Amino acid sequence: MFLSSPSMIPQLFSIQNIKNETRDTFTLELVSPDKLNISFHAGQFMMLYVFGIGEVPISISGNPTKTTKLLHTIRAVGTVTKQLKTMKRGDVIGVRGPFGSHWPVDESQGKDILIVAGGIGLAPLRPALLYILAYRQRYRKVTLLYGTRTADDLLFLSEIEQWRARLDLDVYITVDRSSKEWRGNVGVVTTLISKATFEPSKTVAMICGPEIMMRFVSVELQRCGVLVENIFVSLERNMKCAIGLCGHCQYGNIFVCKDGPVFAFPKIQHLFGKREL
Amino acid sequence: METLKIILAEHPFFKDFEAKHLDLIAGCASNVKFNPEKFLFREGEEANKFYLIRSGKVAVEMYGTERGSITIQTIGRGEILGWSWLIPPYLWHFDAHAIELTRAIALDGKCLRKKCEKDSTLGYKLMKRIAYIMENRLQATRLQLLDMYAATE
Repeated sequence: MFLSSPSMIPQLFSIQNIKNETRDTFTLELVSPDKLNISFHAGQFMMLYVFGIGEVPISISGNPTKTTKLLHTIRAVGTVTKQLKTMKRGDVIGVRGPFGSHWPVDESQGKDILIVAGGIGLAPLRPALLYILAYRQRYRKVTLLYGTRTADDLLFLSEIEQWRARLDLDVYITVDRSSKEWRGNVGVVTTLISKATFEPSKTVAMICGPEIMMRFVSVELQRCGVLVENIFVSLERNMKCAIGLCGHCQYGNIFVCKDGPVFAFPKIQHLFGKREL
Repeated sequence: METLKIILAEHPFFKDFEAKHLDLIAGCASNVKFNPEKFLFREGEEANKFYLIRSGKVAVEMYGTERGSITIQTIGRGEILGWSWLIPPYLWHFDAHAIELTRAIALDGKCLRKKCEKDSTLGYKLMKRIAYIMENRLQATRLQLLDMYAATE
């Protein structure tokens, strides 16, 4: 925890900047008036509190090696996130965290890295990618596979251009539905796996996106020879307390907020796709 | 011919094919090149070929009067384009055109069908590989239809 206070008490943060990523997705840049140092691990989340409205768990999308700001990329789909979208620079919200497990970026040194993102799933993976790029020499081949609904739904566009220009990072992008202007790949994100070059037995895959997409990607990666224990996914559930007390995010025998949101695939494989959960 | 055989042998689609079968297939193969915007085939035309894409990118499209041409999928390096050559009435169900300069190995479907009829082992092997590709495409299309990135409250 970066806060010395109990994890149930929100700290005040002010909005320093709001950047619209797409028509319904935006990135909040938060700073602490008390100049709190915000250290976190890639893949962790915070609870953002809009006073009078409610609280929502949002993954951190910022750079873990830069701890002066807190970045959250949010899709406005619910009551709290829609309210967050209406906020302006200088507005104050409550923040608790960081919470949860993280991407195995340190444990993956010396391996090929495959980052597979679907839609807004790129946001929780961005810290992992930025961390890996900050210590690029510690890793072998690094590849980003990113799928969205349309070209208009691509996040972090200017950054993607920078990533694409790098010689030490392969970036493949696909959209489900193309427009006349789109000259890139069309098809689901699983179709990008065969285009990427990686050594399956030495690859760690980090996947985030809709559950069905993660399921299909996992199957395809295992078919290619990636070891199941080297596949990691980030789950999304309705979290309330964020510390494993309330049971809101219970998923079979685990709590997503405390045991996750990042899981090694074998740990949740038996639960994936179960309709009752 | 020998060069084509080497290229075929290295392609994942023909992995584990016996040398004699690769010889038969290479006899039906030719190198082709398509400039950007050039159509490889159009819906309704006779399907007499399939392609191993070596470089470039091909858009597989469907045409609707309301929406015009819609790209369903793009096929790139190392992938296979076309299975209608194997299934009667041997007509293309889609349009396909090169988005960028595309080089491929074209396999003559008529020639291959004859060889498959004569050699059922080859026919069965090819059918299994094509069926796998069809299954892949079907799953991908299903996922696209699911609209899995749509927002949910």
